[in-house]
Amino acid sequence: MVVDKKEEIDSESSEQVVNPWEVSVKDDGRIDYDKIIDKFGCQRLDESLIDRVQRLTSRQPHVFLRRGVFFAHRDFNEILDAYERGDKFYLYTGRGPSSESLHLGHLIPFMFTKYLQEAFKVPLVIQITDDEKCIWKNLEPKDSKRLGRENVKDIIACGFDVTKTFIFSDFDNVGGAFYKNMVKVGKCAMAIYGFSGEDSIAKISFPPVQAAPSFPSSFPDLFPGKEKLRCLIPCAIDQDPYFRMTRDVAPRLGYNKPALIESSFFPALRGKNGKMSASDPNSAIYVTDTAEDIKKKINGAVSGGQDNKDDQNKYGANLEEYGEGRMLTGEVKKRLTQVLTEMVEKHRRARAAVTDEMVEAFMAARPLPSMFE
Amino acid sequence: SPNYLLIFLVLQELEIDYSKYEHPPVLTVEAQAKYVSSSEGALSKNLFLKDKKHRYYIISAMVDTKVDMKVLSQRLGLGKGGIRMAPEEALGELLQVSLGCVTPFAVVNESARDVSLLLDKNFKNQARCIFHPLSNDVSISLNTAGLDKFLKSIGRDSVYVDLEANANPAVGKDQPPDLALYVPAASVVVPELSNKASSIQTPPTKNATSEIIKPVASAKPSKPAGNVNSVSANSVSLEFKNPEKFVEEILNRTSALLLSEAKGESVEALPGTLRKRLTSELTLLAIMYKNTAYTEGFHAGKNYKPYRL
Repeated sequence: MVVDKKEEIDSESSEQVVNPWEVSVKDDGRIDYDKIIDKFGCQRLDESLIDRVQRLTSRQPHVFLRRGVFFAHRDFNEILDAYERGDKFYLYTGRGPSSESLHLGHLIPFMFTKYLQEAFKVPLVIQITDDEKCIWKNLEPKDSKRLGRENVKDIIACGFDVTKTFIFSDFDNVGGAFYKNMVKVGKCAMAIYGFSGEDSIAKISFPPVQAAPSFPSSFPDLFPGKEKLRCLIPCAIDQDPYFRMTRDVAPRLGYNKPALIESSFFPALRGKNGKMSASDPNSAIYVTDTAEDIKKKINGAVSGGQDNKDDQNKYGANLEEYGEGRMLTGEVKKRLTQVLTEMVEKHRRARAAVTDEMVEAFMAARPLPSMFE
Repeated sequence: SPNYLLIFLVLQELEIDYSKYEHPPVLTVEAQAKYVSSSEGALSKNLFLKDKKHRYYIISAMVDTKVDMKVLSQRLGLGKGGIRMAPEEALGELLQVSLGCVTPFAVVNESARDVSLLLDKNFKNQARCIFHPLSNDVSISLNTAGLDKFLKSIGRDSVYVDLEANANPAVGKDQPPDLALYVPAASVVVPELSNKASSIQTPPTKNATSEIIKPVASAKPSKPAGNVNSVSANSVSLEFKNPEKFVEEILNRTSALLLSEAKGESVEALPGTLRKRLTSELTLLAIMYKNTAYTEGFHAGKNYKPYRL
């Protein structure tokens, strides 16, 4: 998204950079999400929407909604309108395999997506962009595929229901109806982006790959005859540019615009700048971390009133019982360590139950007759 | 009565087909008939009787069957006026039910082990019969085979009697009392109650009942009180497809067991916070179980070799 990069590097008003390849804050300030919403042009997820979710799903909204981790959206209200009328939707989310291990920041969108799947009783497609990581990170396709499959095990361990979930790798899936949609999108998108001469053709041709799963006709085996089925995409806000393009193109192809529900980033452990990153191991809690590792990382983490409140918000529901400022820093860290260790343990156990066969089952193109049950 | 849930637990364990109807509390068959239609089954009238030697009987009959107390008394070998309605205290003490709630199911209680149960043989001609499951704001319909299976599981043989036979017996050498063998071996002493403090003896309070009913009611989408609700066996299949419903079932049954073990002491079902945590952990386990089972089926499907013709 070269154009966006150019937009972002706007010296007078922008202190921060937020796009799919780079998230940082200049001057060591915090990420200003209101500014992002403003700049990107998406909507805030307000109380009334959250109440509506509660009414429609007859259960308490997920803590990430209540605590503003998922805080922005595009057309989520339309998804809810349609749902109320009895028109369901499907979920689409994805992962670019970038390292062997997932950290908790990676799990956030998946935990939230699982909640959406259970609460609304809708199917889910998960795209593993093994091609993207080859293009941008110089990985060999076979390594990217391998990493992808390992990541799939962690994703499955989040608790997705195999009868309602289709996970696919780009390398194995691009073709047929999917490719047809990619070409249609690609034809419309050229005018939007001006690419510099330094970017490989692969980079230019990639965006339609991420756009295509937004359209049900890309999956004729899953959604036969359901051309008008709506799509909701839970993602981190740095993915917004990709989908802005998709939403722009959709009506021109006679398709519904995909809706988005967007999260902020998991705060970096090492202070205020940006998000947990796989490239900086001490900024993240990995699902392979031991209790000792977690304790060390939390204790080494920068502490300050404001940080802790955000941490409390983002790290889990269990911390709700602690009031604002009532807990001492030491206690917060101890509790955080406990909660995170539990989370990682729970994940590890679930992960241990995921076999290669199970991965194959999730990734097989197969009918999903119970997908809306 | 806390054992109300126990009835459903047992019925489900034994895979007995039944339907459940919830309605406002009813004290008479006429009132019950307003909420449970005759198409659901035959309503029953249930008498709790006592003889002079403190032996107790439940007579469960079709509404139309004439039960002549004098005749019954003679057939039991108790003489002409040997049997009368049991006092109200005995209802609570022996059957653990309140007024308007006598039912064959009451013999599930340990306290009713010496109570004789006689069933109208006309029940056998009916597709289904309707009884209270120890609570007068619920009715169950089931067939006699189901009732027999239930009774057998608690060590009772069903006794079906032609209640209208021998309209005018001259009980003597040539006509012995034909129901005499159903007179209980032991008599029961129901202690005189000076106060009704004990929860075993009093009918369940409104609060206790609503606490108890909650776990079961939440398992079904229907609303209690006011409407006739029929819960058929179709909801069973959803338990095995949907991990959340599956976990809900597990926790409901655990609750029921906890209550039945408590036997009338004021014990809450699973506390709310505990249930919430358990729900979340068990649901993840259930999903992984489901995924594993599906994967095995997937593998089998892939490698399946069709028979050659």
